[in-house]
Amino acid sequence: MSAPQKKFVKGNEAVAMAAIEAGVQCYFGYPITPQSDIPEYLSRELPKAGGTFIQVESEIGAINMVLGASACGVRAMTSSSGPGISLKQEGISYMAGSELPGVIVDIMRAGPGLGGIDASQADYHQATKGGGHGGYRIIVLAPNSGQEMYDLTMLAFDLSDQYRMPAMLLADSVLGQMKESIVANPRPKAELPAKDWAVRGTGGGAQHVVKSLYLGDGEMEKFHWKMHARYQELAEKESRWEEYQTTDAELIVTAFGATSRIARTAVEMARAAGLKVGLLRPITLFPFPKKAYAELSARCKNWLTVELSTGQMVDDVRLSVARDAEVDFYGRPPGAGSLPTPEELFEQIKKHF
Amino acid sequence: MKQVFAKPVSLKDVQTHFCPGCHHGSIHRLVAEAMDQLGIAEQTIGCASVGCSVFLYGYFNIDVVESPHGRAPAVATGVKRARPDRIVFTYQGDGDLAAIGTSEIIHAANRGEKITVIFVNNTTYGMTGGQMAPTTMPGQKTSTSPYGRDVTNDGKPFKMAELLSNLDGVTYAARVAVNSPKNVLQAKKVIKNAFQYQVEGKGFSFVEVLSACPTNWGMNALAANERVGSEMIPYFPLGVFKNTENL
Repeated sequence: MSAPQKKFVKGNEAVAMAAIEAGVQCYFGYPITPQSDIPEYLSRELPKAGGTFIQVESEIGAINMVLGASACGVRAMTSSSGPGISLKQEGISYMAGSELPGVIVDIMRAGPGLGGIDASQADYHQATKGGGHGGYRIIVLAPNSGQEMYDLTMLAFDLSDQYRMPAMLLADSVLGQMKESIVANPRPKAELPAKDWAVRGTGGGAQHVVKSLYLGDGEMEKFHWKMHARYQELAEKESRWEEYQTTDAELIVTAFGATSRIARTAVEMARAAGLKVGLLRPITLFPFPKKAYAELSARCKNWLTVELSTGQMVDDVRLSVARDAEVDFYGRPPGAGSLPTPEELFEQIKKHF
Repeated sequence: MKQVFAKPVSLKDVQTHFCPGCHHGSIHRLVAEAMDQLGIAEQTIGCASVGCSVFLYGYFNIDVVESPHGRAPAVATGVKRARPDRIVFTYQGDGDLAAIGTSEIIHAANRGEKITVIFVNNTTYGMTGGQMAPTTMPGQKTSTSPYGRDVTNDGKPFKMAELLSNLDGVTYAARVAVNSPKNVLQAKKVIKNAFQYQVEGKGFSFVEVLSACPTNWGMNALAANERVGSEMIPYFPLGVFKNTENL
């Protein structure tokens, strides 16, 4: 093994570096703040690595190029933020319906509408509940550091290929723009199923068709139950979370992404003040790590969810904890100056003691 | 006995769902004949669109990706960039290509994507029941232009072959019809040329095919075929509007 390669980079750059390391062959994107570092980096580096970069006419065009490239069995990705992710929902729905992998990076910004470029977590529902039509889910990973922007981008490609579903890296403008040290070492390749469904030209063999149209009696219903089973398998095998100081906690704070970093500092302040507070951070938002919430809430009944919105993930927290657990919520809707301070969260924590 | 005529091997030996008198069947056949003659079917990936043309995979012996409405040129771009060694084409109707998919077709053409586009213009939305299309002719009655297309309200029909021929990325842009033996032979030659350019790696090729839709025009098969010659061709002139290679 070579020595660790430490790099001091923006979160967005970490995503782009990881995509190349993961072997992305095609990137299709459109500029939008706060994620434009990703297409900028890949326009420079992906051609050098033998891949294709296209700055597309629209987010709709970009996601459909991902669909086409992915149908050929190559690793393909796009990235955007709020308004652009809304435009991509059509293509994401078609990819889900066609059982196609592909990675979508969403560096969330404030909304609705044009909103603003400040950090937001208000696209949680759009990401985790199937943002387009028809009833589907995609894998959603929520990093909270530069290192995880790198690691989870690589994981997104692997899980997406493994389960034949689109995967989204859901971060925010803090994570996208913040510079941190990361270790970007080559990783061993995951063992993944062969893409024997991809279109390639029949070569005289069997016809391969990638489609989402199911008109035959019962076909569509069968597809939905198949995907339902796949989502359950995903929940069982791929739910990921991080716990901090939960063992003896009398209050558990739960938050994802950049908010979880602030929450952790607040938990450390509480511990220093002698308050028994822990932190549960979901890393997979779909599948939501329900088991972790169920198990911890069997013992600890006091919960505080913190989000940069008026409350979205809190719905999943309430559905996952034991019935007699109390789930409080503290939210700061997205916008300039709405990022809470550790002191602010510490004040919220103290109210529970 | 010497066999002088057969079904193209690129076409499956199945019945189509197309209405009697619809020209999709003839156009499918010409595309299949071009693939047969060039020997490319086994290396070809088709991009189906939304509309009556969605069942491409049911009729052609080739690999097919289904595209969202209007997005086939973007999907085909992804396919071609991922597999530049393959022949890639889209097959789209007028609502798909000239309304909801205008952005995708214009930008794919302008980039000079090395793909072939077969554009079937029948002046109406066939599958959804004969609504007004971007190519519906002035005064033409449809289910959403019951008083006839009013150009002061809806604008005039798109002439896509002419429009795209103005873009530098386009190698070949032509309009053909399949309403007479003479026109079928010309269409066959043009469609083959369009694929030939791609085989030679020469950029974006576009063939608009005027087509009858008897069911939604409220005509029988013969009258619909007649209309292609009497009304459509005078408005949508046949010809090669761009040919940078002079094949």
